[in-house]
Amino acid sequence: MTRRRKRLVLIGLLMAGVAAAAMLALTAFQQNLLYFFSPSQVAAGEAPPDYPFRLGGLVVAQSVKRVSGSLDVRFQVTDGNRSIPVTYTGVLPDLFREGQGVVAHGQLDADGVFRADQVLAKHDEEYMPPEVKKALQVSDNDANPSRSSGGEP
Amino acid sequence: MWIWLHRLGSPPYFYRFAGRLLPWLWTACLVCLGVGLYWGLVVAPPDYQQGDSYRIMFIHVPSAWLSLFSYVLMASFSAAALIWRVKVAEVLARSIAPLGASFTFIALVSGSLWGKPMWGTWWVWDARLTSELILLFLYLGFIALASAFDDPRRAARAAGLLAVVGVVNVPIIHFSVQWWNTLHQGPTVSKLGSPSIAFSMLLPLLVMVIALHLYLLAALLQKARCELVARERSSRWVNDLLPGRGVGDELA
Repeated sequence: MTRRRKRLVLIGLLMAGVAAAAMLALTAFQQNLLYFFSPSQVAAGEAPPDYPFRLGGLVVAQSVKRVSGSLDVRFQVTDGNRSIPVTYTGVLPDLFREGQGVVAHGQLDADGVFRADQVLAKHDEEYMPPEVKKALQVSDNDANPSRSSGGEP
Repeated sequence: MWIWLHRLGSPPYFYRFAGRLLPWLWTACLVCLGVGLYWGLVVAPPDYQQGDSYRIMFIHVPSAWLSLFSYVLMASFSAAALIWRVKVAEVLARSIAPLGASFTFIALVSGSLWGKPMWGTWWVWDARLTSELILLFLYLGFIALASAFDDPRRAARAAGLLAVVGVVNVPIIHFSVQWWNTLHQGPTVSKLGSPSIAFSMLLPLLVMVIALHLYLLAALLQKARCELVARERSSRWVNDLLPGRGVGDELA
């Protein structure tokens, strides 16, 4: 084997070794790398019961209730299968809307209500001009009129 | 192809080749940059939810892609330098590092500026943001290591090893939004099937992507030329470049 050949093999082995090590480490830390738990995971008891964690999902349409005279908000977060009630006191981000994704940091109380101390909006990967969105909504409403709420103005 | 690559590995040939390419690259880059910025920031329609704030993606997305692309290039140059001891590859790896670091920095800062109004926070420790920050540290580590030795060839070997090892981070960044739940949204453009972005927004984005690729290439060749001349200053071909001692017109 020439010296170049040897170096080529050595670097190949090095890369393979590092990749394998990284993969093992990432699999081992799989749980810790999750930024948030979905309502289904929480319902299945995968979220830590006595520690704060993050809950992520979509805000259920028409579930947002504001207490007048205060910053208290209650809403439901769902992933399509289960939904979890959330309470929060504070200012919500611009993108917070019904039907949009959110990530809330907080703790489950004994009644199964998630008491959030921080609510972040999770943006989806859709980008379109308002006219296109309107056109899509019109066709969507024709298909199933029950989902006609267009979020907040 | 191999013969051409081999010729490109010779410093004087590379120097002349890059010198001839540079004016074209800079022109094309400036044209694309002007068109892309005007199209993206002025002509493209606002987003249905984010309004005009989404326009930061015309800077953010190309920079983030380029930060990964630059790293892959840097690691490839480093591997070529380690295996075949090509001097030009060492110089290229050394020259691309600050460019890649700048792209990473721009991606992080522009994302943070967008995150505050949209997400409601400047920064979160989710997998995408954290791995991109690690990429910035890898670049900085490479630069520090490459500058820590007096002998440029030893420096290239030590830093090159770091670059090659760090390449595991690239797929982690790319797939982080799919492997784990992250606050950062999933891929828009590279999604299989139809990209979930309106055509009128995708086109200026692609122009910006092309513009920044051209910028990377032009800036890389420019920097590599200077670095090569500085490193080879005692060799004959560099002395021949000096005016009055041969082909002086090459010194642009």
